[in-house]
Amino acid sequence: MTATFAFYLFAITLLTGGLMVVTSKNPVHSVLWLIVCFFNAAGLFILLGAEFLAMLLVIVYVGAVAVLFLFVVMMLDIDFRALQRGALKNLPLGLAVSGVILAEVLLVASGWQPGTGVVMNDALAGPPAGMTNTQWIGSQLYTRYVFVFSMAGLLLLAAMIGAIVLTHRRRVGTKKQNISVQNARTPASAVGVGKAPVGQGVEL
Amino acid sequence: MIGLTHYLAVSAALFVMGVFGIFLNRRNIIIILMALELILLSVNINLVAFSAFLHQVHGQIFAMFVLTVAAGEAAIGLAILVIYFRNRGTVAVDQADVMKG
Repeated sequence: MTATFAFYLFAITLLTGGLMVVTSKNPVHSVLWLIVCFFNAAGLFILLGAEFLAMLLVIVYVGAVAVLFLFVVMMLDIDFRALQRGALKNLPLGLAVSGVILAEVLLVASGWQPGTGVVMNDALAGPPAGMTNTQWIGSQLYTRYVFVFSMAGLLLLAAMIGAIVLTHRRRVGTKKQNISVQNARTPASAVGVGKAPVGQGVEL
Repeated sequence: MIGLTHYLAVSAALFVMGVFGIFLNRRNIIIILMALELILLSVNINLVAFSAFLHQVHGQIFAMFVLTVAAGEAAIGLAILVIYFRNRGTVAVDQADVMKG
């Protein structure tokens, strides 16, 4: 009973949040609704017994991705009013395409049967006895999927390098300390002793 | 009793909302990226639901990889957005097919 109630609570909040993300006028509100979505999806994951992924969702999505979005939305001075002009013109096409996709998904889902030899269980089951969900994931991830795991790390490295290369710029006209030049400077090149004749001064 | 179908319905609805959001906000690339995140989240819900009802862990592992790709995609997408804004002063992407700096 509690699980049913929790499912509908999370699901309805998730879908409301999803709708608000795409229809909000202010992108900052969109990001905040996106965070609501992630939290409720994490709740659904917990109901499904995937606690590790639920925590991962909160940490990675809310902690990193959503904050990244928030940074970009708030730091760039974007005229959102101008972007919204004519958005309603796209509404019929959007409704049509999403309606078609929804109909297709429902058709597939209503006619779907598990393949032969695949047992779909009615009830949820946790990990095997004596294991937590995290241990269960780790026992497969670091053995069977270890190459895929390494590739995922490589992908993140590539994404990081790409993001830095794309957004890094060398500004002209800024004064920066150049330590190697500073250290290589000797008294011979920097200090000189000269005579200053009376009435003429020195030229530097 | 909440079964697999319930989770699949939620996932399908979220997916369709993401697609709808891309069409509705065709000019604002920030909302498009957020709609993409919604779509990937719906895929994750699908994978985890199947994983739970099949009593197998593989779906959850794949959901983790989807999460990785989503994070990378968001980082690169926002980086491209930032340099696009720096060059053009706007994030309207409906004129992005004009290949002039």
